[in-house]
Amino acid sequence: MLQMKPFEYIVAPSVDDAARALGSRADARVLAGGTDLIVQLKSGRREAGLIVDVKRIPELTAIAMNADGLRLGAAAACIHIAANRDVRTHYPALAEVAALIGGTAIQGRASIGGNLCNAAPSADAVPLLIALSASARVAGPAGRREIAVEDFCIAPGKNALAPGEFLVEIFIPKPASGTRAKYLRFIPRNEMDIAVAGVGVAATVVDGKITMARLALASVASTPLFVREVGGALEGQAPSAALIEQAAALAQAAARPISDMRAPADYRRHLCGVLSRRALSAVLG
Amino acid sequence: MKTQVSMILNGEPVEFLAEPRQTLLECLRDTLHLTGTKEGCGDGNCGSCCVTLDGNLVTSCLVLGVEAQGRNVTTIEGIARGNDLHPLQKAFIDHAALQCGICTPGFIVAANALLDAEPDADEERIRAWLANNLCRCTGYDKIVRAVQAAAKEMR
Ligand SMILES: Cc1cc2nc3c(=O)[nH]c(=O)nc-3n(C[C@H](O)[C@H](O)[C@H](O)COP(=O)(O)OP(=O)(O)OC[C@H]3O[C@@H](n4cnc5c(N)ncnc54)[C@H](O)[C@@H]3O)c2cc1C
Ligand code: FES
Ligand code: FES
Repeated sequence: MLQMKPFEYIVAPSVDDAARALGSRADARVLAGGTDLIVQLKSGRREAGLIVDVKRIPELTAIAMNADGLRLGAAAACIHIAANRDVRTHYPALAEVAALIGGTAIQGRASIGGNLCNAAPSADAVPLLIALSASARVAGPAGRREIAVEDFCIAPGKNALAPGEFLVEIFIPKPASGTRAKYLRFIPRNEMDIAVAGVGVAATVVDGKITMARLALASVASTPLFVREVGGALEGQAPSAALIEQAAALAQAAARPISDMRAPADYRRHLCGVLSRRALSAVLG
Repeated sequence: MKTQVSMILNGEPVEFLAEPRQTLLECLRDTLHLTGTKEGCGDGNCGSCCVTLDGNLVTSCLVLGVEAQGRNVTTIEGIARGNDLHPLQKAFIDHAALQCGICTPGFIVAANALLDAEPDADEERIRAWLANNLCRCTGYDKIVRAVQAAAKEMR
């Protein structure tokens, strides 16, 4: 049995308590669902002296919709996100992603906040969050601030949080009417695998014209990759097969994949084109 | 240092001591001596350690024992109905849905969580739900048939 090295553990009852505990020592780490963290502690890839469990802070597990948008508590488990009526109604693509991370037993614990904070290039929820213009609301010793999700992951396993800072919630603005979103990934199995490549898109069409389009990629750069050019190419245009082809080519050109045991770089680049075309067709077709 | 943990285990209150670094799986097996829950991979992939935590299906190898404080945990030992086997347990025997049996407790706990939430789950849904559970012996078909048979009986 793989043993974790000893650490201390506390349950933070409130955001302020969590901020204080995390600020108190450099080797403190947040525990949400533990589906990345406990694996990393077992394998020795990460170490922690103090584990701060944030799942009993009501704000961190809340899923609340109002006129402006959705506040997704950082530690809310995927199983609850996928089942939430507001999420299913206003953000169906998000409900789909929550039901695609790992398998059922992983979804019982895994949070979307943890998916984002873990900052894996392959994190499935992140491209969709970028496409949906989501922002990360964080708290720390210097108070609260907001970071656009596309600026949140800075290197594999590294995020933009300052020492002592942690993610409180993800805010996703309410999509304008006529907006559709989609996340597609390629994996060799049907479930339970790491994306070889993934594409998240969101687009709004009003009176036959695209007024907003955002696309981001998974597993083809050192972080989830926002491809800003796609918006520039699509916005103001009427959707067509040729336009989608042109946008998919931009996404493919933006990918900077590596070759590893999962796939060679060329194959990943090819997948970016195919998945972008399919995802864009799904939201614009 | 060990912490005292109180939880409801298979309907009964229990208390035990755990180091924060001990997983719930380790606490169940080594401290509480409930060895029905198995360890396969230890990293969330195989599902042989499945239990429910406040009704949610989880892999107990990725839960800290101390996280169970005040929670409700159900393991394979809590599935039978008194002295009678649960319909899923009977169906696994009737359909020869096990060989070595290591994966079986996890499959039964996982399938039970599915049928609690979705009594009408069809074959596709059963297969997708059980994708978090691996079996090296049976080839899955007999497991899926057993779950379908139990679901039918339970409806
Ligand atoms: C078998 C298996 C299958 C998986 N399949 C997928 C998959 O298909 N797609 C996918 O994208 N991922 C997958 N994962 C990875 C993992 O499940 C996800 O990344 C999940 O969303 C992580 O969430 P968590 O709540 O478990 O995070 P945790 O493990 O609790 O935390 C992850 C990291 O983020 C930090 N953190 C967590 N919350 C906060 C916060 N609020 N503030 C600051 N830091 C924080 C932690 O300290 C840790 O470093 C899989 C994992 C396993 C074990
Ligand atoms: S031992 Fe927990 S999932 Fe394999
Ligand atoms: S019966 Fe042997 S692993 Fe499933």
